[in-house]
Amino acid sequence: MALDKQLTAAAVVAQLRDGMTLGIGGWGPRRKPMTLVREILRSPLKDLTVVAYGGPEVGMLCAAGKVKKLVYGFVTMDAIPLEPYFRKAREAGALQVMELDEGMFEWGLRAAGMRMSFLPTRCGLGTDVIKRNPELKTIASPYDDGEVYLAMPALKLDAALLHVNEADRLGNTLMRANDPLFDHLFARAADRCYVSTEVLHDKLELDGATARLNFFERYLVSGVVHAPCGAHPTYSGPDYGWDLDHLKRYNASAAEEGGWEAYMNEFVRCSESEYLAKVGGVERVGKLRTPVF
Amino acid sequence: MDDVKKTDAMDASTATLAELMIVAASEAWRNNGEVLASGIGVAPRIAASLAKLTHSPELLMTDSETFLVSEPIPLGPRGQGDGAHVPKYEGYMSFDRVFECVWGGRRHAMIGPSQIDRFGQSNLSVVGGSYEKPKSAILGVRGLPGNSINHMNSMFVPNHGPRVFVPGEVDMVSGVGYNPARFAPGMKMDYIDLRLIVTDLCVLDFGGPEHAIRVHSLHPGVSFDQVQTATGFPLLKVEQMRETPLPSAEQLALIRRLDPHNLRATTIKNNPPAVRTAS
Repeated sequence: MALDKQLTAAAVVAQLRDGMTLGIGGWGPRRKPMTLVREILRSPLKDLTVVAYGGPEVGMLCAAGKVKKLVYGFVTMDAIPLEPYFRKAREAGALQVMELDEGMFEWGLRAAGMRMSFLPTRCGLGTDVIKRNPELKTIASPYDDGEVYLAMPALKLDAALLHVNEADRLGNTLMRANDPLFDHLFARAADRCYVSTEVLHDKLELDGATARLNFFERYLVSGVVHAPCGAHPTYSGPDYGWDLDHLKRYNASAAEEGGWEAYMNEFVRCSESEYLAKVGGVERVGKLRTPVF
Repeated sequence: MDDVKKTDAMDASTATLAELMIVAASEAWRNNGEVLASGIGVAPRIAASLAKLTHSPELLMTDSETFLVSEPIPLGPRGQGDGAHVPKYEGYMSFDRVFECVWGGRRHAMIGPSQIDRFGQSNLSVVGGSYEKPKSAILGVRGLPGNSINHMNSMFVPNHGPRVFVPGEVDMVSGVGYNPARFAPGMKMDYIDLRLIVTDLCVLDFGGPEHAIRVHSLHPGVSFDQVQTATGFPLLKVEQMRETPLPSAEQLALIRRLDPHNLRATTIKNNPPAVRTAS
C-alpha cells in the first residue's frame, strides 16, 4: 500500500458510492470536515445514510437531497440552536431516522470499532428511542444480577470524514483542539477514513508532548486532503473560531424563497479556493475567534 | 465588581422574576455532594454557579466547554486586558469524560425541555404531528435518555403552561421519569433521580406518592389554582407550602457578578419583577 495518502477532495468523493453509510466527525458546530462535505454537495452522490453528532453539514446534505437516512442524537449549531434545513427535511417527513441518545451513539461507534455486534447500556431504556427504533433489542446480564440492558448495535460505517489540524502524507494526524471529541471512534468504526487537514506535512516528526495529540493510528486513514480552513464555517480550535455571520446567513437562507439554491450558487458551485476567497480568505477566517460559552 | 455594588441597589424588592428563579434553581444542587453541576442554558448555569459560590462549594463545574474550573465562569464575553476574567482550571472534562461521568452517576444536570408530563418524562425531540412527519422538529433526544437514567436531574421552565406541562405523556419520551409501565422486569430504575422543576410560577418537586409532582413553593403573587390551570395534569402540594423566597442582597450581588452582561434578562418575556404587581 502506498504510504502517500494525499488525495484531492474530489478524489475522496469519487471513492464514495450511492447508498453508503457515512460517518461525519466533529460535534454540532465543531470541527466538521466542510471542504469534503461541500465536495459531496457538488457531486451526484445520493441516498446516503449519514451518522453524525449533527451540525450544519447535516442541514446542508439534507437540503441538497443527499440524505436517505439520518442516524443522530441531535442536529444543532449551538448559537443557532435549531438547524433550519434539518428541521425542514424532518418536518417534511423526508428523512428516515435513527434517533439515539448521545451516549448510545458513542457506544454504537465503539462497538463497530471493536468488531462487536453490540454493547450493553442503560441509556435509552424507558424512552421512546426504543419505541421508534424497533430494531433495538435488550439483553439480560448472564450473571446473578440478571439486569436487563439495551443492546446498542454497532454503527458500522462504510466511510468516515474527519477534519484535523495537522497531518502527514502517511496518514498520521494531530488534533490540537482542547477536545478531541469522538473523531477517533468514527475512524475506528469505518472501513475507510478520510481526513482533511489544515496543515499537510510530508512526514511528521514530533516530540512527546505533541505526539500525544495523535488520537488514532495512521493505519485507520485511507486518504488525506489538504484543506486550509476546511472546517469553515464551523470552528476548528485553536486555528480559528466559527463564522457566526456566515452561519446566520446560511440560517436565514432557509426562510427565503429559493434560499438553498442561492446558497449553493454562491458558496458551493465554485472551487474551494473561490469559496475561501468569498468568505474572506485565510486572513479573515484565521482571525475568527473561538466561541466563549 | 465594586462598581456594580455601588451602582445597583441590592434591595430584594428590585429582584427580577428570573433572579428569583435562579436562586430557587440553585437549591437543586444543595447537599448533592461532590458531583458535576451542569446548568444548561443561561439561568440554570447561573443557578449552578450560585450554588457553588454559596451553599455547595464542593460542586464540580466546567467552563461549559472542556475544562473543570475551580471558580464559576461569568457568562458571555470575559473582557480584555487587565479587567478580563481568567478561568481558573482545575482539571479536564472533555465530552468523552462527561459521558463517563454521566454513566457513573456523579452529575446533576438542569435543562429546559420542551415538554414535561406527570411522570417527569421530558421531550427535546419533536412536538406535534406524527413522529415520521412532526409539526415541529426541535433538537433530538440529545443526552436526555442517558442523563435521566443515570444521575440527578432538574428542569427549568420559563413559560409554565399546558403546552409544556402536557396531559398524558410527552410526544417523544427523551428523558425518562417515574413511569414503571415503560420498564420491563429486570430494567433498573434505581438511578432515576428527578429533583426540582423551577418555573416562572412555582417550584415543583417529585415528593408525592410514587414520586408524583407536587408544588413545593409558589412564587410571590401566584396561587395554586393558577399553577394548576397552567398544568395539563393534576398537581399535589406539599403540606406546608411556602412562598418561594426572594433573593437576598448577597445572592443578587453574586448573580450580577456571574452574569455581567445581564443575559438573564431574556429568560422571561419582558423581564418582570419577582414580586408581581396586581393585575
